[in-house]
Amino acid sequence: MGEILLTMRGICKSFPGVKALNNVDFTLRAGEIHALMGENGAGKSTLIKVLTGVYPKDTGEISVEGQPIAIHSPQDAQKNGIATVYQEITLCPNLTVAENMFIGRNENLVVDWGKMVKRSDELLKNLGIPARPKQQLGSCSIAVQQMVAIARAVDMNCKVLILDEPTSSLDDKEVEMLFSLMRDLKSRGVGIIFVTHFLEQVYAVSDRITVLRNGELVGEYVVEELPQVELVAKMMGKELEGLSDLDKNRGKSSAAGESLYEAENLSSSEAKPFDFQIAKGEVNGFTGLLGSGRSESVRAIFAADKVTGGKVRMKGKQLNINTPYQAMKAGIGYLPEDRKRDGIIADLSVRENIILALQVMKGFFHPMSKAQMSGFADEYIRALEIKTASQDTPVGSLSGGNQQKVILARWLLTHPEYLILDEPTRGIDVGTKTEIQRLVLKLAEEGMSITFISSEIEEMLRTCSRLIVMRDRKIVGELKGEELTQSNVMRTIAGGGKENA
Amino acid sequence: MTANSVSTNEAITARRREPVSNATLLTCISIGIFLTMYIVAIITLKGGFTKPQQVFDILNNNAHLIIIACALTIVMINGSIDISVAGVVALVSMVSVMFLKGRLWPAEGMSDGVRVALAACIAVGIGLMFGLVQGTLIAYLDIQPFIVTLAGMFFARGMITIVSAEPLQLTVSNEPGILTIVQHRIEMMFLGSPNKKGVIIPARMEVGVIAALLVVVIIAVILRKTRLGRHFYAVGGNRQSALTLGINVKRTRFQAHLISSLLAGIAGFVFMMHNVSGNATNATAGEMDAIASSIIGGTLLSGGVGNVIGTFFGVMILATIKLIVVASGLREPWWQTITTGAMLCFFILLQSVVLSRRGHKMKLPPWLKLTKG
Repeated sequence: MGEILLTMRGICKSFPGVKALNNVDFTLRAGEIHALMGENGAGKSTLIKVLTGVYPKDTGEISVEGQPIAIHSPQDAQKNGIATVYQEITLCPNLTVAENMFIGRNENLVVDWGKMVKRSDELLKNLGIPARPKQQLGSCSIAVQQMVAIARAVDMNCKVLILDEPTSSLDDKEVEMLFSLMRDLKSRGVGIIFVTHFLEQVYAVSDRITVLRNGELVGEYVVEELPQVELVAKMMGKELEGLSDLDKNRGKSSAAGESLYEAENLSSSEAKPFDFQIAKGEVNGFTGLLGSGRSESVRAIFAADKVTGGKVRMKGKQLNINTPYQAMKAGIGYLPEDRKRDGIIADLSVRENIILALQVMKGFFHPMSKAQMSGFADEYIRALEIKTASQDTPVGSLSGGNQQKVILARWLLTHPEYLILDEPTRGIDVGTKTEIQRLVLKLAEEGMSITFISSEIEEMLRTCSRLIVMRDRKIVGELKGEELTQSNVMRTIAGGGKENA
Repeated sequence: MTANSVSTNEAITARRREPVSNATLLTCISIGIFLTMYIVAIITLKGGFTKPQQVFDILNNNAHLIIIACALTIVMINGSIDISVAGVVALVSMVSVMFLKGRLWPAEGMSDGVRVALAACIAVGIGLMFGLVQGTLIAYLDIQPFIVTLAGMFFARGMITIVSAEPLQLTVSNEPGILTIVQHRIEMMFLGSPNKKGVIIPARMEVGVIAALLVVVIIAVILRKTRLGRHFYAVGGNRQSALTLGINVKRTRFQAHLISSLLAGIAGFVFMMHNVSGNATNATAGEMDAIASSIIGGTLLSGGVGNVIGTFFGVMILATIKLIVVASGLREPWWQTITTGAMLCFFILLQSVVLSRRGHKMKLPPWLKLTKG
């Protein structure tokens, strides 16, 4: 391991109402691959953005090779040898590979194509990147495009290379290609900061791991000294030994009723093929770290992403579910993860938002009467105790928890047999959280099947009778009954748990 | 690592020819279609099509359109749009006719040559002014280009009537000297053809055509060979990426609109040289013809793809199709409009089919295929 290349000391960064980074230290040595890990909201991306000059820091200092530096813009960062390759490709697909490596770098007024192609050819060969200089960038695979971006950074003499989620859209072979390039750069003395959600990839290439949680530094570890289970525990903020396995007295709704929904090898543009089934009146859940594919899986069930294969049976009858509309017709409801983007229509009134799904089901040529709509809206505002001034209030002015209840009301109104709730309790207060949990259990008792996703394990353990555990886009285990404990869930996520029966 | 280097070296040492890029392919298609169309016209319709003068007539009548189509190609590559060009053409032609008639200010004691040169400077000046204002609004104040240039178009058309309410015309009786300069024609004996009496009439080309062809060549070189040109493509391809790659996106967009309006000014003067008149209805809907020509020549409205050689042939295709329609006996003007529409539709369909097919595994000859690297 080389000498210290980059140090960040006591970095603090606040946004209105949130302390995103609190006194975080980070050290990068020359010739190492340093993984930056943390769950959603841990402060990884804020730290990266402070380092690349996207956000100004509040306090703290950054130095490169012992020299304190000031970074006010991405250009400053580049001048100091800090280069970033983002998850989304930030190159121009309509230009050639060679152009993408040299454009915007103080070129001469007249482009010397011959020299440019020659230099990029040398660089590509040198780094072993399978691209041709005159090839259009858009015709390269995403992995190669990413490598071209890395080559550009290398040619700009970067000392610190930040790879922000580089592998999230690559297949296994491409990941291996990227890793060999990373190892190659490492041997040339470049320090690489590797941000990813994939645990196995961290262990495959990294030398050190820095874990953040809730904007604070948890610690810096050498990879060999930190087993996967402990890493998961540190990311989630639970001590493995101290885990008390309470909550054994969960609802015994796990009694295997008749199967309601079954999927076999279901896959979508975002989710790898998986099998899944849920019984009538059952509450189950998908769990795993952020980016493990839990949301993608339920989106495939509802056909919110393009379904690419698999068989689906509802009550034993084979069905084609290729659009959300077909899913709704089949009796499936879905509460999306990001209610601001996918769920509520902020400018419409509470009533209109509640009626929305039912209106779609009925078709737009069968309008409902005003009285009928008000009736429905009133009924559910009372049933779910939605706190709103009137049914004409725009949903955007309600609190987060009440907005969530409005969406819930929207789906309950269509009387689905199977309801999928993706992070229904995120960003809402504790009181409403318990209300929603209680509601979920009550609906299940009435015979509705529910799939529940939450980042909080306790919540999942309290509500679900069966947990499907995912890691790196694959189902790695299934826990039920006595096995439902926090430590079991973590062990399974980390890869030491019970295999799928 | 070793496995990778082997496959890499294979890829590089194989040195197979790069597949043709989308832009080049689309250009080749439009050139091919132009040639086919023209040859078919020569064989089936005969008449004027057999004489070289026909080609020069097309060029003479459309020199201004070639220039504004080049302007549109630049802004479209840059991911923007400029619909003020034809308005600027009409305004410039009106102002320069007025100036040449001595109505803008009395021009006594000036030789005719100086007056024409001054008129050309005024034309370029008007174009520059439009470019400065529109470019600033679009690039630095980040206002929608469509809206800015729509306003520019209305402004230019309105200004024409303020400058002169009635149409103006340069006439032999009033401005004989100026007319001989402006309407100078280059005669090419070797391309001539005999008239009914058997006398060889030389092929005639206007000076404006040379200006138009020069514009095509210069813009082609700028787009291909200079930093500015490549930045146009980068910004049109992905504005956000261009920014992170270190390109001054605002300045690049400003420059595109500056060049576009400048070309519109030049086109206005060329139009005046051909038409020798100023009229509020001059070059009506010229911007639409220019957009259509660019698209037929392989420029994508979404930005990042296109070149002016294709645009030149786009103009030729549009003009030729109109001639063919007339020559086949459909003399009513709406037939030309309808065929233009149909043509445009056909080309866009062709483009999207070709582009989408290339991405797929289809049985295409290797030079047509876009292989993954």
